[in-house]
Amino acid sequence: MAYALQQLINGITLGMIYGLIAVGYTMVYGIIGMINFAHGDIFMIGAFLSLISLLGLASLGITAVPIALALTLLFAAALAALYGWTVERIAYRPLRGSFRLAPLISAIGMSITLQNFVQVSQGARVKPMDALIPGGFQIMESDGFAVRLSGMQIMISITTIIILAIFTWLVTQTPLGRRMRACEQDLRMASLLGIDTDRTISITFVIGAALAAVAGLLFLLYYGVIDFFIGFIAGVKAFTAAVLGGIGSLPGAVLGGLLIGLIEVFWSAYFSVEYKDVAAFSILIVALIFLPSGILGRAEVEKV
Amino acid sequence: MKHALRDAGLSALIALGLFTPLIGLVTESGDHGLELRARPIAVVVVVSLVFLGRLLMLTRAARIAVPTLAGPSPAMLRAGRAVAPMLLVFAVLLPFGGSRYYVDLATLVLTYIMLGWGLNVVVGLAGLLDLGYVAFYAVGAYSYALIAEHFSLGFWTCLPLAGILAAFWGVLLGFPVLRLRGDYLAIVTLAFGEIIRIVLINWVSLTHGPNGITGIPRPTLFGLAFSMDGGEGTFAGFFNIEPETIQRVIFLYYVILGLALLTNWFTLRLRRTPLGRAWEALREDETACRSLGINVTNTKLTAFAIGAMFGGFAGAFFATRQAFISPESFTFIESATVLAIVVLGGLGSQLGVALAAIIMVGGLELLRSFLSFLADQMGSELFAGIANELPLYRMLVFGVALVVVMVLRPRGMVSTRTPTATLAPLGGSA
Repeated sequence: MAYALQQLINGITLGMIYGLIAVGYTMVYGIIGMINFAHGDIFMIGAFLSLISLLGLASLGITAVPIALALTLLFAAALAALYGWTVERIAYRPLRGSFRLAPLISAIGMSITLQNFVQVSQGARVKPMDALIPGGFQIMESDGFAVRLSGMQIMISITTIIILAIFTWLVTQTPLGRRMRACEQDLRMASLLGIDTDRTISITFVIGAALAAVAGLLFLLYYGVIDFFIGFIAGVKAFTAAVLGGIGSLPGAVLGGLLIGLIEVFWSAYFSVEYKDVAAFSILIVALIFLPSGILGRAEVEKV
Repeated sequence: MKHALRDAGLSALIALGLFTPLIGLVTESGDHGLELRARPIAVVVVVSLVFLGRLLMLTRAARIAVPTLAGPSPAMLRAGRAVAPMLLVFAVLLPFGGSRYYVDLATLVLTYIMLGWGLNVVVGLAGLLDLGYVAFYAVGAYSYALIAEHFSLGFWTCLPLAGILAAFWGVLLGFPVLRLRGDYLAIVTLAFGEIIRIVLINWVSLTHGPNGITGIPRPTLFGLAFSMDGGEGTFAGFFNIEPETIQRVIFLYYVILGLALLTNWFTLRLRRTPLGRAWEALREDETACRSLGINVTNTKLTAFAIGAMFGGFAGAFFATRQAFISPESFTFIESATVLAIVVLGGLGSQLGVALAAIIMVGGLELLRSFLSFLADQMGSELFAGIANELPLYRMLVFGVALVVVMVLRPRGMVSTRTPTATLAPLGGSA
């Protein structure tokens, strides 16, 4: 029982990171109906930017953990947003109205580009980092197994909840959010009604990339080790989360992320660690076959 | 001009923001964990390149006519018709003129050409984006290696089996997934490629895990083995010549040449059948296909299975050529390389794929060996450095090329494949 509770805590923590990435996938899919393959790599770049920022701040003498983390969060989110904007501007915007496969191939090209760019510029080795937030609480103990809630896990949960709250407010309460929702419902109609759709799409990419960068920072803090390849696996898993929750649905993305995190952690704990990625990927295939519109999504109506 | 300068300046500013942390500050392991090392010159170089590139683009864009989608001129078409036979003659004669290095390189290039042609059926003809093509390559390679290990069957018996097994996996994966939208297929195939690789690594009792399978038997020529003892029943013994390794290398070269040509011939014939026409129609407009009564799922499934089968053949050849396979050889990078070849060659064009493979695989390798040759001759550190770094930049080049091709010429850089059968324009003769 204690063991299962511990897995529940670990799974929710991991799921929050996946949820943050999944929001970016689902937003972009909602608006322009394409899978942004490069999104996982934006997450990876966010993690690298965070690492560089933390190291840079340490060498400048700023070692107070809360200040360093806050500055890093802003730095990584801002620059990753710039990456997201650039990717959209270079690789996707010129292809609106091009033939069906073009944006997909362009996106996969962008993903390969970003991955290898970081490999070439930062090296292929894994980058380890010391834990920044030590400590934690022991919640309960039974049968000699202590259930722990680490400071890191608390920090990750609080950060995710705050960021998602800001994001939800942005989408539901502001004029910008209204424009985004309008574009999601009907891009052409939105542009007829005077909405600058190109700009709105750009902003969507920027917000998605910033959220992915936050996820990257949390991933770096949680695992303490990153390399240029983390975006690939995390990207596919977050996409699975988006599909599972119902692609296009924002609460669905977070819910899907939590589910994927829980499934992965419980699978590793009770079956086998080696096949945890296989479990997550199989869920993608199973979900697409039996539940293509996801848990919270609408059934897709194809318009001609 | 003023406008162009401002725009280029803005691009340079964005590039400065993008590249300052990731290129300018390198994380390296030092005495106390990771340390940052500044690389200001690299940032300056990259940012000025962006500035100049953008400036050139803006000032000269109007003058350089980007090749339109209208298709090549008649003169180019005539020249193009001569390219394929010339390439074929060159390929057949190559082993007589080239050293072992060139035959080995040509074998590698031909393997990629065959993979490219196989994937071309799926991506180029049927318009299904398959990002896990390497999975079928792996299924073919492991099928041959395992069957040969457990049942001691030869290469030529296993080759069809490897193809059939790969096609079977293609159907198994495709059947549930192909009913979905195209983008889902892309990500599912991506996941499938990873699943196969993870299973190959972890199912140690069957696949020997990361250690791979060694001692895979070599192919024979009508029962004549290419062994070094030169005795009865070997190639050298039968023809009464000295046994040499180069004989086997050349034989393998002709095997892959034959397999690749078979793939090409099969695809070209298929394209003329109703099935082939249905593939091309599917690529252009799925909804129209469905309303015309084409069974979309079955049409996709056959394309998927046939593409997978060729991947399986190529995999079996890869296994027999290397005599050793491990999961390392079947990463996403391979899928991406083959996809880049197909896209650069022009989706659906057979000749384009061959040319793209020659340039992207053979050309880069030749450039690398040329640079290291220069470095040896001149004792130049610079050339040696570039030659060593080149493989690292290969995938970067592929990624950038995919984006650039899609933005400039979405139907391919080398050539264009328009539907084989088209409606005559209204009011004109066909």
